[in-house]
Amino acid sequence: MRAVLTVVGKDKTGIIAKVSAFLAERKINILDISQTILSDYFAMIMLVDVSSSTEPLAVLSEQCSALGKSIGMSILVQHEEIFNAMHSV
Amino acid sequence: MFSTDEVLQTVNMIEKEHLDIRTVTMGLSLIPCISGDAEKTAVCVYDHICRNAEKIAAVTSDLFLEYGIPIVNKRISVTPASLICAPFPEKAHLIGKALDDAANTVGVDFIGGYSALVHKGMADYEEIFIRSIPEVLASTKRLCSSVNVGSSKSGINMDAVKLMGEVIKQTAQITAGEGGFGCAKLVVFCNAVEDNPFMAGAFHGVGECEKVINVGVSGPGVVQHAIEAIPSADLCELAEMIKRTAFKITRAGQLIAREAAKKLGAEFGIVDLSLAPTPARGDSVAAILEEMGLERVGTHGTTACLAMLNDAVKKGGVMASSRVGGLSGAFIPVSEDAGMIEAAEKGGLNIDKLEAMTAVCSVGLDMIAVPGDTSASTVSAIIADEAAIGMINNKTTAVRIIPVPGKNVGEEVNFGGLLGRAPIMPVHNESAEKFISRGGLIPAPIHSNKN
Repeated sequence: MRAVLTVVGKDKTGIIAKVSAFLAERKINILDISQTILSDYFAMIMLVDVSSSTEPLAVLSEQCSALGKSIGMSILVQHEEIFNAMHSV
Repeated sequence: MFSTDEVLQTVNMIEKEHLDIRTVTMGLSLIPCISGDAEKTAVCVYDHICRNAEKIAAVTSDLFLEYGIPIVNKRISVTPASLICAPFPEKAHLIGKALDDAANTVGVDFIGGYSALVHKGMADYEEIFIRSIPEVLASTKRLCSSVNVGSSKSGINMDAVKLMGEVIKQTAQITAGEGGFGCAKLVVFCNAVEDNPFMAGAFHGVGECEKVINVGVSGPGVVQHAIEAIPSADLCELAEMIKRTAFKITRAGQLIAREAAKKLGAEFGIVDLSLAPTPARGDSVAAILEEMGLERVGTHGTTACLAMLNDAVKKGGVMASSRVGGLSGAFIPVSEDAGMIEAAEKGGLNIDKLEAMTAVCSVGLDMIAVPGDTSASTVSAIIADEAAIGMINNKTTAVRIIPVPGKNVGEEVNFGGLLGRAPIMPVHNESAEKFISRGGLIPAPIHSNKN
């Protein structure tokens, strides 16, 4: 099962390091990653494989939002199906 | 595969534009519970609901975390209770209590179906049942009630219309301490639908399967932002943008509906893609109409804007899912929409204009507060007008009106939460008493004769 992780907030050092360490601890593989910066505004999108995750998606989602709070970013993890459903005919 | 822009668009819709699943509603048949004994039936109803809907709160909370879309309400709709209570209508309140207790136990926000379908005629047991509605609504918290008084196929049962005027007045009076709050849980329909997930009018039709999940999506804020982004577009381009937006919203709803049905062991029923406002800023149908170019909702041009919005929403939704149902369109509940409240307060929006608007959008005169001294026959006449619009136009119309005890034009009533606050709107003072007291049936319109 794949999920999309979105990290949005003010740019600072170490965001990717913290997020990828968090994912590695939970055996979540990063499949694709893209990031953009628009006037100090950082937006990163990761496609991740959560099939071997040590946590179920619902728990992961809560942990991500907690991690987001601790580093002053908004982190959202969502089942990839929501994007397929909304953006393809 | 989706692009970065698409991911960010979805995230923005949820975080900034109030995209949400307004309700996940489990429709449940109570037919298996019917027996001749009221007490036994009540126990069965309670157990049946608790058993089938046991996991609804946990499942909706997990779906929110997994898909990141907030699910605002979880609800249950059941077989119209007048049928369950037919052998013992005097004890219908026992079933009302069982429904409310079950809703409380499984942790849903509302349970709908304290309902009767009397659009062509009213049996004695149905009349007794309907007369129990005020007491039952006053003594329960989560239970909602609806009565269907007309249809395009059968005409309008004016005896039932007369009765409902009295029932609404009584409900207001015995819930006077809460501003007539009981009336916010009571809807009078013409052409009621059997798979509506929205309250207060949800019930589980007898033509439905045993256990079904219907989902109501919302997103006035998303539509408003989409229109805002193309300020110089002509109306055809605007309609196209609304369609595209409605498509995306409906798809999100369909996904959640399918997943919820799977996890709850129910059939997937329908997605109702109504644009349902909340009192929160930026979540308003009035704001969409104003974004289209009206200085204030209620002014000339409002009906045309609403007609286009409603139609475009339906087109986008129908493209997105072949299981579109319920009421599907735009809701205009006055107390639940910040823009409608403001327009009503400033006098730009009155009942007559709202009535015209209901001819082109889903549902009807919704969450409208009127003076407490409005007579029962005037309430009935308002219901009759609305039912006539539904009957002639082959659409659902409804009246959810609150004659607020002790209040008059210039004052307001505040229900709090999603039900919001409503300024008291004036009604016409001239009487319709004689018309209402005639009773009988307004015959079905000529175009009902299609066989």
